[in-house]
Amino acid sequence: MRDNSELIHFIFGRLTWDAIPFHVPILVYTFIVVAILGIALLGTITWMGKWGYLWREWFTSVDHKKIGIMYMVLGIIMMLRGFSDAVMMRLQQAMAFGGSTGYLPPEHYDQIFTAHGVIMIFFVAMPMVVGLMNVVMPLQIGARDVAFPFLNNFSFWMTVAGAVLVMLSLFVGEFARTGWLAYPPLSGIAYSPDAGVDYYIWSLQIAGVGTLLSGVNMVVTIIKMRAPGMTLMKMPIFTWTALCTNVLIVAAFPVLTAVLVLLSLDRYVGTAFFTNDFGGNPMMYVNLIWIWGHPEVYILILPLFGVFSEVVSTFCGKKLFGYASMVYATVVITILSYLVWLHHFFTMGSGASVNSFFGITTMIISIPTGAKMFNWLFTMYRGRINFDVPMLWTMGFMFTFVIGGMTGVLLAVPPADFELHNSLFLVAHFHNVIIGGVLFGLFAGINYWFPKAIGFRLDAFWGKVSFWFWLSGFWFAFMPLYILGLMGVTRRLSHFDDPSLQIWFQIAAFGAGLIFLGILAFLMQIYVSIRNRASLRDHTGDIWGGRTLEWSTSSPPPDYNFAFTPLVHELDAWADMKQRGYQRPVQGFLPIHMPKNTGAGVILAFLAMACGFAMIWHIWWMAGASFVGLIGSAIVHTFNYHRDFHIPAEEVARIEDTRSRLLAQL
Amino acid sequence: MLPRVLRRLSMSLLALLMSGCSAVVLHPSGDVALQQRNLIIASTVLMLLIIVPVMVLTGWFAWHYRQSNTKAHYDPDWHHSTGLELVIWSAPLLIIIALGAMTWIATHTLDPYRPLGRLAATRPVPEGTKPLKVQVVALDWKWLFVYPDYGFATVNELAAPVDVPIEFQITASSVMNSFFIPALAGQIYAMPAMETQLHAVINQPGNYEGFSANYSGAGFSDMHFRFLGKSQADFDAWVQSVKSGGGALTREGYLALARPSEREPVKHYAEVAPGLYDLILNLCVQPGKMCLRDMMKIDAKGGLGMAGVHNVGRLAYDRPPALNAGQSEPPTGLAYVLALCATPGPLWSPAPPAAAAGN
Repeated sequence: MRDNSELIHFIFGRLTWDAIPFHVPILVYTFIVVAILGIALLGTITWMGKWGYLWREWFTSVDHKKIGIMYMVLGIIMMLRGFSDAVMMRLQQAMAFGGSTGYLPPEHYDQIFTAHGVIMIFFVAMPMVVGLMNVVMPLQIGARDVAFPFLNNFSFWMTVAGAVLVMLSLFVGEFARTGWLAYPPLSGIAYSPDAGVDYYIWSLQIAGVGTLLSGVNMVVTIIKMRAPGMTLMKMPIFTWTALCTNVLIVAAFPVLTAVLVLLSLDRYVGTAFFTNDFGGNPMMYVNLIWIWGHPEVYILILPLFGVFSEVVSTFCGKKLFGYASMVYATVVITILSYLVWLHHFFTMGSGASVNSFFGITTMIISIPTGAKMFNWLFTMYRGRINFDVPMLWTMGFMFTFVIGGMTGVLLAVPPADFELHNSLFLVAHFHNVIIGGVLFGLFAGINYWFPKAIGFRLDAFWGKVSFWFWLSGFWFAFMPLYILGLMGVTRRLSHFDDPSLQIWFQIAAFGAGLIFLGILAFLMQIYVSIRNRASLRDHTGDIWGGRTLEWSTSSPPPDYNFAFTPLVHELDAWADMKQRGYQRPVQGFLPIHMPKNTGAGVILAFLAMACGFAMIWHIWWMAGASFVGLIGSAIVHTFNYHRDFHIPAEEVARIEDTRSRLLAQL
Repeated sequence: MLPRVLRRLSMSLLALLMSGCSAVVLHPSGDVALQQRNLIIASTVLMLLIIVPVMVLTGWFAWHYRQSNTKAHYDPDWHHSTGLELVIWSAPLLIIIALGAMTWIATHTLDPYRPLGRLAATRPVPEGTKPLKVQVVALDWKWLFVYPDYGFATVNELAAPVDVPIEFQITASSVMNSFFIPALAGQIYAMPAMETQLHAVINQPGNYEGFSANYSGAGFSDMHFRFLGKSQADFDAWVQSVKSGGGALTREGYLALARPSEREPVKHYAEVAPGLYDLILNLCVQPGKMCLRDMMKIDAKGGLGMAGVHNVGRLAYDRPPALNAGQSEPPTGLAYVLALCATPGPLWSPAPPAAAAGN
């Protein structure tokens, strides 16, 4: 009998039936719904016989446009999960008053706010930002793909593997109950012995590999693969922000990896980096994680600043005001973002001079950010503004973000932060900049580049409905939190005593309801657009009267992006080409050298996920086997010499002729 | 109709917000918090100097240069103006220079480690004032307050006389918390094995809320305490009632108290084991466990070398069972360093006052 239990322990590690939350009705229902939807989806794909198509054309694709679209799909799916967490929190906080502890016990509620933060940052905002850069950046610099197309595919699947582990924690075991940055000692083995923090560590480590490699890939792409003539100061502004963001990724993510490795060593092998005892020091963790964490904020927002710049200039029918000033502002923000991390913990008791230094560097960031705001403003000046959906999102951003920026600078004043730190005021602030900046920017970007990536534009009516629900929902959901913060209410509480607070939480919950309608309207927008794709189709390739190179090719672009690599003479290359009466070449095509699809990315990421799962549950044989498999598969992949092919000149000519005919019909 | 409803709604919201006691950060009762409030308002006003014009201009440009307004001047190639660039970089710069100067000064004058120089705007601290010392320990999930000058301790209740500077020494038993009484002064972290400090003064008598402002696990939501601002006479009476209430916080008693628990009622201990706070700070309340300060001294002299390996024991006391729902034992036992000259035998227990003084 004893032998048997040891065998079971060897096979399953610490994974037992107890880890499956049969006793939590919410999770059981969620599981049933997810299972039904999942089976329906898989069944539909099988019934339609689309597995081969998905595998050949999408999963194994090394085409940056398809990978970018897959990133966006991942981000949207994860946004639904992250938003469900948000709604559960809003309902809990609106209900749990006067003796009622709400419908969520603390051990569940604490997982929800942790998962909400982790998912929204790592598996919604990051994939969508990376996806947008993937689709747009190579097109903007006139490249045929990124520098390392296979690496791009691998990076995407590693991000998926991380996301799958987070989702798995819903039904197998639990997620961390530590808050989204998992500060020790709470996240150490002494106070969080269960699998939750291990899920956190391994999902972030695996996804982090993907993010880092994708960062390397894009930096190299921008540095090495720009079209001839495109000097750095003729680069589109979105590409500039993408460059700065990826430099930040390359410099910051190794810090996250390192700090999580140290935490893992504390948890797995009994080291004492961040323990209370044995000379460990949890303050080191807090410093290290924010040395990654603050640049991460700019990793998210910078590309969206780029999106707003592109959108403003296109929809005002004007050159961007102060391009050079914009570039310098971006670079200054990139550098300064490394000098401000301590403002996340002024309350840790650093001396007044240290606190002032970090407070003032933080404020200095608002100068280039303010300059950007003015540049967008003066781009509108003497423009002819077309308030189509992307421009609406940009206007929403400009009105919302300045408030978030202002409260951010306020929080950078250390004595003010002593009163407001960790309060709902802080929660309101970062949602104000992340929703008002990152999310509004993503929606602006999606509406702007969707026709380029897919070939037809998104329905404007539902886009506007979505915009207004999101905007009003945001204001209703987060302005009460500012007020609650000033009333001295701290974050992460699951229930309250003071009945006078309840009305504000109810207003916030109402706001979350409006945001829900905004999300529904967005899904509806996609559905309606797919249904009406014939009438929404764009044959020109330049639906908005764009100014940068991506608008010079067809929508969607052919696999090779550009039949001939464009020559760049001016900033806003495509606007310049149009002005000079550019003639599209219609003959003299040559064979085009392209990378071949490969399934190695999927296989490697699957093995990494298996390894992570095994480490979480202490299934050592499986961890070892999958790790060896991972390294082995990577080595085997390096011996695959059939990685490229040529698109024959006749094929290129056929594709380009089709486009010529379509253009002639306009 | 609608505007009137809206106006009435916004008026009532404004009234609700301004109605004093609810927005405690804007209406504090202690001088430090008041200065922090003033700083919040001053910074906000300073920033509004630039935020408001930006928002107005955004609205105006958006309206004026809309596509349908063909009368508006359209200049698609206008994209540079050195004069404007100068303004858009220097205007925020000037604001930040002003705000930065304010920040530098306020951060130093309101440094929580700095002894108070004043009781209120016009009242400096009188010569020879003896501040009230309080040692604060964040436990899972309640607060222990030790009054070293009075030799008693309380749980989840803190009292102080008005207009007397208070010196807090703050630590924690297990995980990170943040010690925060919004009406009194800004917060500061409470961290195990480390000490932070806070200086503050309460100016109005009252019953205020204090809590942990840093998430610390399952019982976090109920980790409140009451902070009582009392007149000197009322405070003295309160001290008397605690002192005469009996009860002693021994080292064993502390170890039992430190176990995770929620919604702990207010407790008073007339006596406290000598040096208890110091033992808590050095993680050696548990007998036979080496204090951190000894460990650090040994390490500073080069450590014990390999011999130190034999000086490690296994510890269970600061392992919170409540956190391990469904799993009573953590996968690895927690190790600790044994004291080099631990004397076995009974721990300190309350002794007659004369004997205790000799300790």
